[in-house]
Amino acid sequence: MTALDVVAADAGPASAAPARSLRGEAWRRFRRNRMAMVGLGFLVLLVLAAIFAPLITKYSPIERDNSAFRAPPSGEHWFGTDRVGRDMFSRIIYGARVSLRIGAVSTSVAIVIGVLLGSLAGYFGGIIDVIVMRLTDVFLAIPYIVLAVAIASVAGRSENSVILVLGLTLWMGLTRIVRASFLSLKQLEYVEAAHALGYSRRRIMFRHILPNALQPVIVYGTVLVGGAILSEAALSFLAVGPQDPTPAWGLMVSQGKGDLANSSHLLFFPGGAICLTVLALVLVGDGLRDALDPKLS
Amino acid sequence: MFSFFVRRLLLIIPTVFFALSFLFALFFVLPGDPATLIAGGADRVPDPGVVERVNERYGLNDPILEQFANYWKRTLQWDLGESFQNRRSVNEILGEKAVNSLRLGIWAILIEIVVGISIGVLSAIRRYSIADKLTTIVTAVASAVPVFVLGFILQYAFAVYPNKHDWPEWMHLRTQGMGPDTWAFFFIPTGETWRHLVLPAVALASVSTALATRMTRGSMLEVLRADFMRTARAKGLNERQVIVGHGLRNAMLPVITLIGVDFGTVIGAAVLTETTFSWPGLGSEIASSVISRDLPVTLGLTLVVVLAYTVINLLVDLSYGWFDPRIRFSKGGKQ
Repeated sequence: MTALDVVAADAGPASAAPARSLRGEAWRRFRRNRMAMVGLGFLVLLVLAAIFAPLITKYSPIERDNSAFRAPPSGEHWFGTDRVGRDMFSRIIYGARVSLRIGAVSTSVAIVIGVLLGSLAGYFGGIIDVIVMRLTDVFLAIPYIVLAVAIASVAGRSENSVILVLGLTLWMGLTRIVRASFLSLKQLEYVEAAHALGYSRRRIMFRHILPNALQPVIVYGTVLVGGAILSEAALSFLAVGPQDPTPAWGLMVSQGKGDLANSSHLLFFPGGAICLTVLALVLVGDGLRDALDPKLS
Repeated sequence: MFSFFVRRLLLIIPTVFFALSFLFALFFVLPGDPATLIAGGADRVPDPGVVERVNERYGLNDPILEQFANYWKRTLQWDLGESFQNRRSVNEILGEKAVNSLRLGIWAILIEIVVGISIGVLSAIRRYSIADKLTTIVTAVASAVPVFVLGFILQYAFAVYPNKHDWPEWMHLRTQGMGPDTWAFFFIPTGETWRHLVLPAVALASVSTALATRMTRGSMLEVLRADFMRTARAKGLNERQVIVGHGLRNAMLPVITLIGVDFGTVIGAAVLTETTFSWPGLGSEIASSVISRDLPVTLGLTLVVVLAYTVINLLVDLSYGWFDPRIRFSKGGKQ
């Protein structure tokens, strides 16, 4: 249906508000969604904090203060210090860099794989479609966390391997979405017209069909960044994610698990950072979905 | 219907075959060599004679393709091999852990069904009420909290905090392991076991309950607008019959799918919850075997998990017909 809207809106004079662009209209709807705006605001702050981390905190995330182990939150150390005397506030702020980078890059990897496989399967159909769909079935048959842990145990624990692991385990949903969009879009008249004009198949796939199939990918991708951050935390927790001294939030939770009784701040600050970030991404994803497809709400 | 069933059943075979083969292949590119692991762990230099005997015993010197063929030959006879680490038979480990996972999973799913569906329905009936808005917020938050973080919050609130503040003994819950491990009718905890069960069951149910609530609410809102609901009211049924008999039954379809898929997941893939609460189930065993590279345990337990997961998904698909006669009678409508 969304494809039809796009086609109809592109027709110009037929649409009700010709002065506003389609994108402007969606942005207006998004702005009215208070929860989504709160989520977006949080994410903007987080990105700024990650970029300007050295200006926000005077401590290094890996330098140890040998006079304060497991210190509770204070004016000196806002979020306290961890078991080897590193400042928790600075680890959380620098950790935002790690989490956002892992979330964004691994989602991009998943999107590239998903869009490529999905468009090939949807456009060509036949044996390519069968192979791609069976491949997604195989990957979906293994419960996600088992698959991720298995690949992660082989890939190693550097940040890049974690990104690779997440990219390789998160593409299945995207493939299905893109394939479904292609299946319906390729039957529309404008695609037929493009064929009649003699455009190459690659041009039709990526220049004509793909842009109209991207809306659900954007929505799903936003939520997927949250999913990737959660998965990275889960891998760290199971000791197959990034390694010390990387300030990864999941790793910090995992390192703090022995301190629940006496220094619970070591768990709750990084845990809270994960929750808030993922929540913000979910809210923005919901807002985008409603804004891009007003018929759903 | 029958041919649909057979086709789906036949599709399971290649899916499971390739999934397991993929994991098998994955572990062959591992840097760590299993013989070294068995002969003494990664940080020790084992006696070459021992390594040789181990390789001989497990056929690790054979060409990979031959090992691969042997693996499937044994697996088809339901011989899952023995653990590299402690030489226990994987079939035995499986029997022990699967029961624990099933018990925890049953409770998580019961929570999901009871809490998720009832709150979802109430929230849909009282749309825009404060309770509905609260539900929306709580479910959004719950789906963003990682299971292990929730696990620690629960441990803090129900075990650490009561301990610190000397609450009466009956209010303490336990956070590690299964305790006395006593059960009636397979899944009903007796004695002190419930103190160990409550927190992991709640943690395991949290995300799926949040999703089930949202889905029930959404699906119910759609059904409430339907014409047949007006008809049901018009012919004089009371509100309860209208909501439960006509509304809920029609709104259940997507929720059943979700709960079915969740059941497959909670049995074998409760990795994080089981690890957080040291619950000795399939998930925590799979995770620790992957990390210690105990290949037979990983493959054996994953095989069972994948089989259970796939069969449950098939049953879910089949249950559509029962809930929605339109699917039962239309040919090839549902793929």
